[in-house]
Order: sequence, then C-alpha cells, then structure tokens
Amino acid sequence: MAILVIADHDNAALKPATLNAVAAAQKIGSDIHLLVAGQGAQGVAEAAAKVAGVSKVLLADDAAYKHHLPENVAPLVVGLAKGYGHVLAAATSEGKNLLPRVAALLDVAQISDILSVESADTFTRPIYAGNVIATVQSADPIKVVTVRTTAFEAAPAEGGSAPVETLAASAPSGKSTFVSQELTKSERPELTQAKIVVSGGRGMQSGENFKLLEALADTLGAAVGASRAAVDAGFVPNDYQVGQTGKIVAPELYIAVGISGAIQHLAGMKDSKVIVAINKDEEAPIFQVADYGLVADLFKAVPELTAELDKGR
Amino acid sequence: MKVLVPVKRVVDYNVKIRVKADGTGVETANVKMSMNPFDEIAVEEAVRLKEAGKASEIIVVSVGPAASQETLRTALAMGADRGVLVQTEAETQPLAVAKVLKALVDKEGPTLVILGKQAIDDDCNQTGQMLAALLGWPQGTFASKVVPGEGTVTVTREIDGGLETVELKLPAVVTADLRLNEPRYASLPNIMKAKKKPIDTVAPDALGVDVAPRLTTLKVAEPPKRKAGVKVADVAALVDKLKNEARVI
Ligand SMILES: Cc1cc2nc3c(=O)[nH]c(=O)nc-3n(C[C@H](O)[C@H](O)[C@H](O)COP(=O)(O)OP(=O)(O)OC[C@H]3O[C@@H](n4cnc5c(N)ncnc54)[C@H](O)[C@@H]3O)c2cc1C
Ligand SMILES: Nc1ncnc2c1ncn2[C@@H]1O[C@H](COP(=O)(O)O)[C@@H](O)[C@H]1O
Repeated sequence: MAILVIADHDNAALKPATLNAVAAAQKIGSDIHLLVAGQGAQGVAEAAAKVAGVSKVLLADDAAYKHHLPENVAPLVVGLAKGYGHVLAAATSEGKNLLPRVAALLDVAQISDILSVESADTFTRPIYAGNVIATVQSADPIKVVTVRTTAFEAAPAEGGSAPVETLAASAPSGKSTFVSQELTKSERPELTQAKIVVSGGRGMQSGENFKLLEALADTLGAAVGASRAAVDAGFVPNDYQVGQTGKIVAPELYIAVGISGAIQHLAGMKDSKVIVAINKDEEAPIFQVADYGLVADLFKAVPELTAELDKGR
Repeated sequence: MKVLVPVKRVVDYNVKIRVKADGTGVETANVKMSMNPFDEIAVEEAVRLKEAGKASEIIVVSVGPAASQETLRTALAMGADRGVLVQTEAETQPLAVAKVLKALVDKEGPTLVILGKQAIDDDCNQTGQMLAALLGWPQGTFASKVVPGEGTVTVTREIDGGLETVELKLPAVVTADLRLNEPRYASLPNIMKAKKKPIDTVAPDALGVDVAPRLTTLKVAEPPKRKAGVKVADVAALVDKLKNEARVI
C-alpha cells in the first residue's frame, strides 16, 4: 500500500524536515505520496514534486489550511488515510500537533519519533529521554508515525518529477482561529539543520552574554541553541531549547558552553558527531559525553576560541 | 467553568533509568515516582485560573495503578478539588487514556481540559491531541500562555520557529509546555487538607473503555553509550583537535 507523508512547509517553502520523513517512508515502501496542505502553496507543491522518491503530490490549497490548524487539516488527512497503509510526518511542532489528532480520528495508535524502521509494522523509538530504545509493533491497519529527523538522512530535494493532483478543500471547523505568530528572526542556519551548533546554558548568566556565543557561531557558520535553564531564565527565545522536550539536533559539531549536561539536555544532542564542552566544573556530567572537554571559565575561553578561529580565516 | 486535569504517575525525572536484564521493560521497583512534571504545570495553571475566579472546580484524573492515588493527592494539595482514579494495571497508552478521559469529560462536563504536553516516561506527546480529536474540540498544544475570554480561550503556543497564538472556542483542550508557569510546592497545611478531599475510584470497564494496548513493545534496550573523550589543556589545543583530529572545522 502507498505511504502518505505530510509535508512540513510555511506556504512559501518546503521545510527540510519533510525530506527526512520521506527518507523514513522509503524504508517502508516505494509508493510515496506527499500531501501539501496550505494556502498559496503551489510553489511548495512544485518543490515537493521534485523530491526524489515521491510518486505523487497531493495539493490541498485553501484558506482553511493556511495556518495548518489541526482542527482543519486532520479531517483532510483522515479522509485520505483510508487509502494508505502508513501516514508519516516529521516530528516537528506541526507533525506532533497534527498526527495524534489524525490517529485518534482513525482509532489507531500513533507512534512518536521513530528512530528506525524494522519492518512495515515495527519501529524503534526513544523513551525516557532517550535513555531507553523501545522496539514497538503496531497491529493497527494504518500506521500513523512521526519521524525523528536526525535519525534519517534526508532524501534528495531534486531528481523526482511527480505529478501534482489538486484536492478539494473541506470546510473549516470554525472552532479555532489563528491570531498571530512571533517568529524568531535569525540570519544563522536553522538549529535542526545546522552542521555546527553552539549552545549556551545557565552559565551564560544573561541574554546579553549570548553575544559571545553568537560571535563564535558566526565565525563557524553555526546555529545557536540553549539549555532549558537558559530559556527559562529568558536569556533566549523558547525555540532555542535543545533536549528531551525541545529540539533534537545531531550536527557534525556541538559545542556546549556553561551547560551541566542533565539527561534532558543530552537527550537532544547526544547523537551529534563531535561534542565539545566548555565548563568550569570539571565534574560536570557533560564531560562524560564530550569528545573534547575544556575545563575553563567560558567568559575567557569563548572569546579566545572565537579569536583563534578568526585568525585562521 | 470546570477544569479537568489529567495527571500521570511517572518515574521521577531525576532517576537514572535502568533497563531490566531481560529487556522486557524498565526497572520500576524501589524507584522514586512523581507526578509528570508537565502535569504539575497543568495543575498549577488550573489552580491559578481558580484563584483568578475563572475556574469553579478542578477535577484531577489519573489512569494507572492504585499508587497513582499519591499523584492525585499531590495535585489536591496544590489546590485541585477532587480526584478520580481510573484504576488499571495495564500499560496506559495515549489512545486508551484519551478514551478514558473522553468518557470522564462526557460525565463531568468540564469546559477546559489541561494536560501536560508530554509524559516523560513514554515521551509520546499525544494524549491531549487525541482527546481533542475524540471530543471534536479544538486544541491548544505546547501552551506558554492561556487566557480565557468570553466563550473562548486564547493560547500562545511554543512552536519550532518561535510562538504562535490561536483562539479556540470553548470547550477546548490545552497542553502545557515548560514556560506556562512555575508550579508551586504544596504547603504542609494544604497537604493535610488534601487528605480530606475526595478521590473516586473507577475501573476502565465501568467507563466502557477498552484500555488494551495497541502497540506491543517487543523489547527495550539501552542506546549505544557514548564514550567520554579527552580533556584538552587550552583553547589552542581544542582548535588543533577540531581541525586535525576530528576535522569538523
Ligand atoms: C520535564 C523536564 C523537561 C526538561 N527538558 C529539558 C530540555 O528539553 N532541555 C534542557 O536543556 N533541559 C531540560 N530540562 C532541564 C534539565 O533537567 C536541567 O535543569 C537543565 O538542562 C540545566 O540547564 P543548564 O545545564 O544550563 O544549567 P545548570 O545545570 O545550572 O548548569 C550550568 C553549568 O554552567 C557551568 N558554568 C557556570 N558558570 C560558568 C562559567 N563562567 N564558565 C564555564 N562554565 C560555567 C556550571 O559549572 C554548570 O555546569 C527538563 C527538565 C524537566 C523536569
Ligand atoms: N495514565 C495517565 N493518567 C493521567 N493522565 C495521563 C496519562 N497518560 C497521559 N496523561 C496525560 O497526557 C499527557 C501527555 O502524555 P503522553 O501523550 O503520554 O506524552 C500527560 O502529560 C498527562 O497530562
């Protein structure tokens, strides 16, 4: 049976997380349909059609889908789902918001955050902040699954030429309305896609001091992340949080600065290829996962590091 | 308006999790258990709504073994009015919990249900969305701000790119994120008072809900351990390692 993947997009561009979800779908089967629900999302559908491995794009373009309100999008997906063996989405804030709603309407379980596809009905997924990996099997007729993007290498964005089929829209639920969005603006790469991430914790002491990390990040072409403590203290916006209940990242290089290394933080970054920790406490648990640990005062070490790297450019 | 808050009893977030030797599950014998941290935030939000005169009664619900009484008592000590224990020894998966909660919502008639966004044991992040679906209610997930209005509730949500605000028609489901509030500690007098607050116990059957799991856990295992690396003497040594050994910059 075919696999339905829900595209993550902002009506203007297809989000890269979609490519990871398509990659997961390819581990299950080869007839992959990508649903683009949005408004003015023709361009997204065209991009979706080019994704390697996608055999059909379904475009539902209507005001009801503009803000991806799950009250409106879930019935659309449910209407389509009967024809599919699997419904997948990336485990982004949109995927997590939508797919459980879809699953419940289909009276099936939802499988969150899969790390691997063992077979068409069996998946692995992290539990207990990634301290345990469970292998779960579903007996449901339709498997509704969210995909941990860092666990699947993205499908190529180019190479496909799928046909685009236009779907009729259903009426909006009228139960929810979009009011506003406050998106964090940044010139830096997106946290979950960046090759290098520089994260700061409570040790940074203030939002102002994050400038030190931003300078380092800009030298490296990196994204900036944070621990929960730094977000809770208001140093940086919520979307910087890396961890069990924040974003999951797995860059080539992760630099943790003034972060102790609580399991909830490690859950979000311990699959990074190389981990560097800068912390003045040599007993900090972050050093147990760091490839390179520097026991130092960050206020001295970070500017030094930025200067040293700048020298080489 | 009545507010219903589901609270789950989970392994405390500070406990180092151990997988049972036979790979069938996680060691829970003699392990500290607590209320799921997100549910503390949900209870706190409900209590604040009551203190602000916006909520009339707070009902807390837990689905799980008899010991979940303790979790309900904690919520009562924080300020909830009464508890319902839906007692089962079965593993509680989100769809089953959502069905139990729907049955209770049908019975109790709350205007708002506030759940945690995620249980820190199964890390599912599903139950609130599922409950909203089953009820046909709107959902405000990952909430960092909840403002009830006339027949509506305005919810600010933590999303990947920042914040989003939606307005939901009541009745509605909200799930609490970390920044919604800072939960209080129950004071001793309130803990004493909570002992007298009522807790009803019902069986899932009595609610007409089949809680049998849909997913079978074939096995659980520890992930590959990451080895600690080396400590470097100074920034110059670090840069050298990153360039010449790890080759990541
Ligand atoms: C339900 C729940 C969910 C959670 N989810 C997450 C999550 O998703 N992500 C997350 O990160 N956390 C999460 N947490 C919180 C987590 O448990 C920790 O509290 C948090 O990660 C600690 O952040 P921190 O390391 O910045 O702060 P701390 O633990 O306070 O560590 C600060 C570190 O900075 C060092 N330091 C201080 N000054 C300096 C200096 N001048 N130079 C060098 N080093 C210095 C200190 O030695 C210390 O190690 C969650 C907790 C709960 C209960
Ligand atoms: N067994 C349970 N009893 C009561 N509430 C629960 C239970 N399981 C989940 N919940 C609620 O649903 C939220 C999300 O859980 P989950 O979908 O499992 O991550 C939790 O924060 C609780 O508010």
